[in-house]
Amino acid sequence: MQSRVWKSGDPFIWLAAGALGTALLMIGGLFWLIITRALGVFWPAELVLLELRTGERFLGHIGAVEASPDPENSKTLVRRIQVQVANRDLSSADFVWIDEDQIASRTRPTDAIVVERQEWGNLFGWLVAVTEDGEPIAQGSEQSWQVLQQMLPQVAAQRGRIRRLEQRQLGDINYRMEQTRLEMKRYELRGDDAGALQGVRERLTRLQAEYEQVYARLEAMKREAQRTVAVFQTASGQEKSVPLVQVVRAYWPNQMSTWQKVRLYCAKFWEFVSGEPRESNTEGGVFPAIFGTVLMVLIMSCAVVPFGVLAALYLREYARQGPAVRLVRIAVNNLAGVPSIVFGVFGLGFFIYSVGGSIDSWLFAERLPTPTFGTGGILWASLTLALLTVPVVIVATEEALAAVPREHREGSLALGATKYETIRNVVLPSALPGVFTGLILAMARGAGEVAPLMITGVVKLAPSLPLDHHWPYLHLDRKFMHLGFHIYDVGFQSPNVEAAKPMVYATTLLLVSIVVFLNLTAIFLRARIRKRLHAGAF
Amino acid sequence: MKVGNPGATLSFPVSDRVVRERVSEEGLTQALASRGELPDAILSVRNLSLSYDGQHWALQDISLDIPRHRVTAFIGPSGCGKSTLLRCFNRLNDLIDGVQIRGMINLDGMNIYDPRLAVTSLRKRVGMVFQRSNPFPKSIYDNVAYGPRLSGSRNRRELDEIVERGLRAAALWDEVKDRLDDNALSLSGGQQQRLCIARALAVEPEVLLMDEPCSALDPIATAKIEALIHELKGRYTIVVVTHNMQQAARVSDYTAFLYLGRLVEYGATDKIFTNPDQKETEDYITGRFG
Repeated sequence: MQSRVWKSGDPFIWLAAGALGTALLMIGGLFWLIITRALGVFWPAELVLLELRTGERFLGHIGAVEASPDPENSKTLVRRIQVQVANRDLSSADFVWIDEDQIASRTRPTDAIVVERQEWGNLFGWLVAVTEDGEPIAQGSEQSWQVLQQMLPQVAAQRGRIRRLEQRQLGDINYRMEQTRLEMKRYELRGDDAGALQGVRERLTRLQAEYEQVYARLEAMKREAQRTVAVFQTASGQEKSVPLVQVVRAYWPNQMSTWQKVRLYCAKFWEFVSGEPRESNTEGGVFPAIFGTVLMVLIMSCAVVPFGVLAALYLREYARQGPAVRLVRIAVNNLAGVPSIVFGVFGLGFFIYSVGGSIDSWLFAERLPTPTFGTGGILWASLTLALLTVPVVIVATEEALAAVPREHREGSLALGATKYETIRNVVLPSALPGVFTGLILAMARGAGEVAPLMITGVVKLAPSLPLDHHWPYLHLDRKFMHLGFHIYDVGFQSPNVEAAKPMVYATTLLLVSIVVFLNLTAIFLRARIRKRLHAGAF
Repeated sequence: MKVGNPGATLSFPVSDRVVRERVSEEGLTQALASRGELPDAILSVRNLSLSYDGQHWALQDISLDIPRHRVTAFIGPSGCGKSTLLRCFNRLNDLIDGVQIRGMINLDGMNIYDPRLAVTSLRKRVGMVFQRSNPFPKSIYDNVAYGPRLSGSRNRRELDEIVERGLRAAALWDEVKDRLDDNALSLSGGQQQRLCIARALAVEPEVLLMDEPCSALDPIATAKIEALIHELKGRYTIVVVTHNMQQAARVSDYTAFLYLGRLVEYGATDKIFTNPDQKETEDYITGRFG
């Protein structure tokens, strides 16, 4: 009886299904965790005012609840709740743990306000007044709120003007000054005509003057912006004045309708994907990291595909099949198992120091000792990743080449095509879907890789994107930000890990989404090519 | 491709002596020529032997002449070497690693295995249609234009003409003229095979090799291809390998019977099918083995 059950193979089917189910469950659980945690980040939670028996008052978001043994009586458990109280500049800690039995009352004050600031993170408290040059223009919570509501859009515009002045105009002048200095140095290196050198020097002086002028204007604007101040009171009774220009956003979470919350949610989400980071990356957006990640993956793809396809073509089509080729194939497969950090070290030694150093001494001598390509940059990071992922492309392409039907090759050869013409016109087009499969796998691997990037060009905060309006527009020598590194940096290197936790989930979700998006694009392209290859196949 | 193994146990005795006698240069070809049965030869094979591995000879000492503008059929059981022999004519066997070929094949008096000869120019003169239709995964137009483009025809109007001529020659033009840009794989099996013929004809070869061109087709598609062969033979020399003896009888002027890598008998199709000289041929044709 028992042996019949075994013979039928049913237990094996259950085992197989169970294995698959477990794998799916774990993957699903991981995604569920990331998605729920990440999507909750931007939801404006309610503010709760906790009054303790000791008379202390805390205003904040209720977080985790935890049971821990009572220090006096180890048999009973004490429940503690974590409260995010923000006000980092006033109370030094973002979070406090409060024993539940200490709490005298919990209320939700309707006029409690959340203020997102440019610096020092959020402020939780009550709005007291709005002042201009020290003179109050609004008093009391309600009136001040009205005034604040009116002024915030103007303030945002003002902040935008300051930023533009700082980054565009001042940045442009800085850039031109830098170029002029380099020109000067080139003349000095060549040692020729003093007239030209003099001209350049004068240009530099003019630029310097222009810089001073813009800088003075900027200072004036900043002073102007400091004039209007909002005064807040915190739960512990402290008063805090915040210049309006520092206020990114302010809202009363306890009296917002769901619709208002949804709008705020969308606004915050948009800020996250399109904005620049603040407060050592723990707040604001991650746009530079998104940009860096996508650009790096694209450059990597552009490098890895031709390289991998050519290598696979030689291995499969031209090399004489024998022990040597088998050895190469084994070596290529094993490359995929080399720890990624080793590739990083190789990238540092080969690309940055050797290749980059040589490029610098030939083409950018005037900038030395400041390295241009002789230091980490998006190009070297992409090439390092290309090296890391090239085995995947080679293996996938080789398989695709092997799968091209012999009839197709013979059909082409029988028409008088050379081997090269056959490969170009018949074999490669048929193998293209396989090449795309390799590319998809390579992108998935490359986009998630962090370790090799840390020594080949990723930085915590890049001053400028690798793409801007200065010639040659794409600056492959620049350092860049990356979502994977951002996760590591925010989650484990920031001074306030607990506050940065939501950011980690949100960034993880974003990185996963980008990888999925890039892959879907490649899969879509592959499907179109496949359709062309097998249209109406029966 | 299976290779006949001379060492294997035979189902009936083959007399080495008889085969060699029938196939020798003076023997068959001259006899046919003297009887006026064999017009001038475009391809002449002399003492051709071929081995894939250096040990077993898939073709053994074959000599025969292929007459110009006629249809010649190769028949014989699986693994007898008829496809291998066919693929010698356009040197497709060269692709196989370790293949050894001895003997000589002349195309209009020029040795095709001459190392100074570009194999691509040979293949433009000797076209081929395969057992399984193998249109490229491109449009119908691009399939037919493939060969001419290789030869450097880039002019659209010129190509249009070549494509139309090729498709008309393969009796496919009326069926596909409105959808030349469709993928070739959207055609039916028989149409695909005719497309392959059109593709081969577009290069304007002198000889057309057909390796079991109908084995994957239904009877109607087969009939169309056979009719096409009849039409084409006025302009092209056709060599067709077939498993189907009725087909050989229907389409060919001359028939060669190969068995275990040897040419057993070669002659006018009528004679082979009605009054073969060799007992093996008769046994095969009457279905006693094979």
